[in-house]
Amino acid sequence: MISGRCAACKYLRRRCPSDCIFSPYFPPNDHQRFACVHRIYGASNVGKMLQQIPSHDLRAKAADTLYFEAKYRIQDPVYGCVGMITQLHQQIHNAESELAKTQAQIAFLNSNDHAQESQVQNIETKLHPDSNILILPEQINAAGGLWSYVPASATSTDQTSWF
Amino acid sequence: MGGNSPCASCKLLRRRCAKDCVFAPYFPPDDPHKFAIVHKVFGASNVSKMLQELPVQQRADAVSSLVYEANARVRDPVYGCVGAISYLQNQVTQLQMQLAVAQAEILCSQMQQGPVMPTQQINEDDHEKSYFLHDNLIPQYINFDSSSSTVIHDSFKRESIFRHDMVS
Repeated sequence: MISGRCAACKYLRRRCPSDCIFSPYFPPNDHQRFACVHRIYGASNVGKMLQQIPSHDLRAKAADTLYFEAKYRIQDPVYGCVGMITQLHQQIHNAESELAKTQAQIAFLNSNDHAQESQVQNIETKLHPDSNILILPEQINAAGGLWSYVPASATSTDQTSWF
Repeated sequence: MGGNSPCASCKLLRRRCAKDCVFAPYFPPDDPHKFAIVHKVFGASNVSKMLQELPVQQRADAVSSLVYEANARVRDPVYGCVGAISYLQNQVTQLQMQLAVAQAEILCSQMQQGPVMPTQQINEDDHEKSYFLHDNLIPQYINFDSSSSTVIHDSFKRESIFRHDMVS
């Protein structure tokens, strides 16, 4: 079947048998795919690796991943796709640091919120039922202006009872 | 090596180890498994060609990455290194989502507190570090089902690939 040779057998200039291990995964219309894989692994090694995989679907995936790795090895002869793994590790490290920083900010904001709420509660509990003091929201400074509050009807000597 | 003990490659290939053997500096005789696994996946001839095409100062890293890939391929004959890449990419995506949620929470918190609070906005530098705004390094067509790669995932956690031998 000379006219129906797979890319591998075309490349290797041989007859393509009906049970060719390469033909399902290296179609004749994509000669570069086999060329990449052959350049890095060699046809013999690729054939052996594919033979060891029991199912057709898994062999197809294996051929895809071999092509992927071979392509990256040709593009980067020193690190191949391992360079990508290193970069991903770095990305993960950066993301974890960023996340930790952000979560610390959230914790800080939440603790500030709780502090403000407890300050507000302290003001309210110190009010006497018969007090004629009117507390306006703007008189309570969120940045800790509790000490700047001056009751409307209090004299200077009365202020000490608030603290 | 050379006049002394032959390197692991020449021992396995049963040939004389020349003084200028391309393998000798990277495949010492006390670690035969290292060359064996690289030879199994790539073949000695291909490894030799790859090393000869590289400047000498880059060959050690090239050998380390080849050993890493060969080990990955032996452990996972279907996905090899790509299984690890897929796994790590998922981790990055999850972290990106968590970060986005956390940053949204800060914005909400800032909006609730109003303009009185000192701003805790994300710095411009942090935006530059927000890699999720940048193109992903991995081509988007990679969508390998790495369900068969669970065995190797632990070994691809943050470890210094080029500082310890994957073989041992």
